[in-house]
Amino acid sequence: MVETRGSFKNKLLRWLLLTILGLFVLYYLLPLFVMISTSLKSLAEIRTGSLISLPREITLDAWALAWSGSCTGTECFGMKPYFFNSVIMVIPAVLISTLIGAVNGYTLSKWKFAGSEVIFGLLLFGCFIPFQVILLPMAIVLGKLGLAGTIPGLIMVHVIYGIGFTTLFFRNYYVSVPTELVKAAKIDGAGFFQIFFSIFLPLSTPVFVVTIIWQFTQIWNDFLFGVSFSSAGSQPVTVALNNIVNTSTGVKAYNVDMAAAIIAALPTLVVYVLAGKYFVRGLTAGSVKG
Amino acid sequence: MDRLSRHIPKIVIAPSFAAILLFVYGFIAWTIYISMTKSRMLPRYDFYGMLQYEKLFSSPRWYVALENLAIYTVLFVAICIILGLFLAILLDQKIRAEGFIRTAILYPMALSFIVTGTAWKWMLNPGLGLEKVMHDWGWSSFAFDWLVKPDMAIYTIVIAGVWQASGFVMALFLAGLRSVNPEIIKAAMVDGIPGFRIYTGIIIPSLRPVFISAIIVLSHLAIKSFDLVIALTAGGPGYATDMPATFMYAMAFNRGQLGQAAASATVMLATVCAVIVPYLYSELRARHD
Repeated sequence: MVETRGSFKNKLLRWLLLTILGLFVLYYLLPLFVMISTSLKSLAEIRTGSLISLPREITLDAWALAWSGSCTGTECFGMKPYFFNSVIMVIPAVLISTLIGAVNGYTLSKWKFAGSEVIFGLLLFGCFIPFQVILLPMAIVLGKLGLAGTIPGLIMVHVIYGIGFTTLFFRNYYVSVPTELVKAAKIDGAGFFQIFFSIFLPLSTPVFVVTIIWQFTQIWNDFLFGVSFSSAGSQPVTVALNNIVNTSTGVKAYNVDMAAAIIAALPTLVVYVLAGKYFVRGLTAGSVKG
Repeated sequence: MDRLSRHIPKIVIAPSFAAILLFVYGFIAWTIYISMTKSRMLPRYDFYGMLQYEKLFSSPRWYVALENLAIYTVLFVAICIILGLFLAILLDQKIRAEGFIRTAILYPMALSFIVTGTAWKWMLNPGLGLEKVMHDWGWSSFAFDWLVKPDMAIYTIVIAGVWQASGFVMALFLAGLRSVNPEIIKAAMVDGIPGFRIYTGIIIPSLRPVFISAIIVLSHLAIKSFDLVIALTAGGPGYATDMPATFMYAMAFNRGQLGQAAASATVMLATVCAVIVPYLYSELRARHD
């Protein structure tokens, strides 16, 4: 921050600054506002009114349709079944990948062995591959395992390709725990798991929060795995949203599309509002390694 | 220590290591091999050489995808960085409402690209969206039908992508600005250097590592972009907004051209490697120094 003195010119600059920031805030909030206000309008009002006006008459019809009546292809159950598909997919996938990441990160930071850095490098590179390069063999393997088009299959895929990031988060966090603690505990006769459970786990709440939020956001928002490896009935919420929006039968119901989009976005938005600090920490940790 | 407990760390890592070897590296090898076979609907394993790549690089649709990727990556990365840096500098002026403003700028990053695409598809709707708003405000000649114009549709993806990711770049730069040594800034102010020059001459050059990570992360995001294209334009009109990721998906799951899908995926992997490997290498090496 560069200090400026409080002359008239500087006051003017300050107002200019706040105005520019205000306009940007409006720009970022506009799509959210349009989504909410469109979802509360009737189709007639959408056709005659303006995109950016508030609804003249608030109606929840679009929300009811989006939740349990809108059609994806030939089925008209709304977003509800797919929302719950995502819920039962995301919970085990997040928990399993986070726990594996915690143990891996602990091992790769405090119990290094010949080749452990190479293993970490190989895990890390796995975070960055374009998943197109594993889609085809994964589809075949899921088929062979009898998991093609199922939610357990999706859970497996999300766990496997989530391990790299979760390991990275925990490793970077545990690196800053003094190694002397581990040495002292070893002299006292504590073993690998005893040290993990009695020393590391109690210190780990922040990194668990960051990792769980990161994994939750990634897996909830995933589309590529969802669209490639699910079948009618097991689709996650993002795939269902895309299908509802692109269902071409009948009149285009923009209000239902917007309500469905908000339903798909709500869980991650709630997490962001409640725990924004940890969300940002995950984002920056996931991009700036060191 | 007895023999078993000495090996516990290796035993603990072994399942993850095996999973990564198989599901990342084994699968990559399989895909590269399939890209050198004649596979169409089903994988075939007789070696066919580089003919899939010859076919790929003689396909006009693939060139459209590559050109779109180039346009998208350059614009997306450049605009996100300029906007992110600009917003970070504005926000770094002791703004009272900083917390609120930051939240409002960053929330798109919590959304799925499918949600972002759905919202922008509606706002950019030529009949009822922003175009109509301008007409209602009296600007009747305003035309904004990029979504349905084959040569302009790619820019709607840039608009939505920038909206989603620029807040994240802002957060990266803001963290960078906050870590600049305040003593240096104070010394420069004592010397009477004007505020603008302090930014351009001292602060921004010291943010070099942030620029590098932002460029890496954003171009990596751009190369993988798939969801946003599907939700906003579905690759259309025609295949005007196809990108390598959507091309690969179409070949794999709609057209039954596994060889072409594998070849395009391999090219994507090579592109990502060209960006990521030098970065990871320098990061890992820097940590050892």
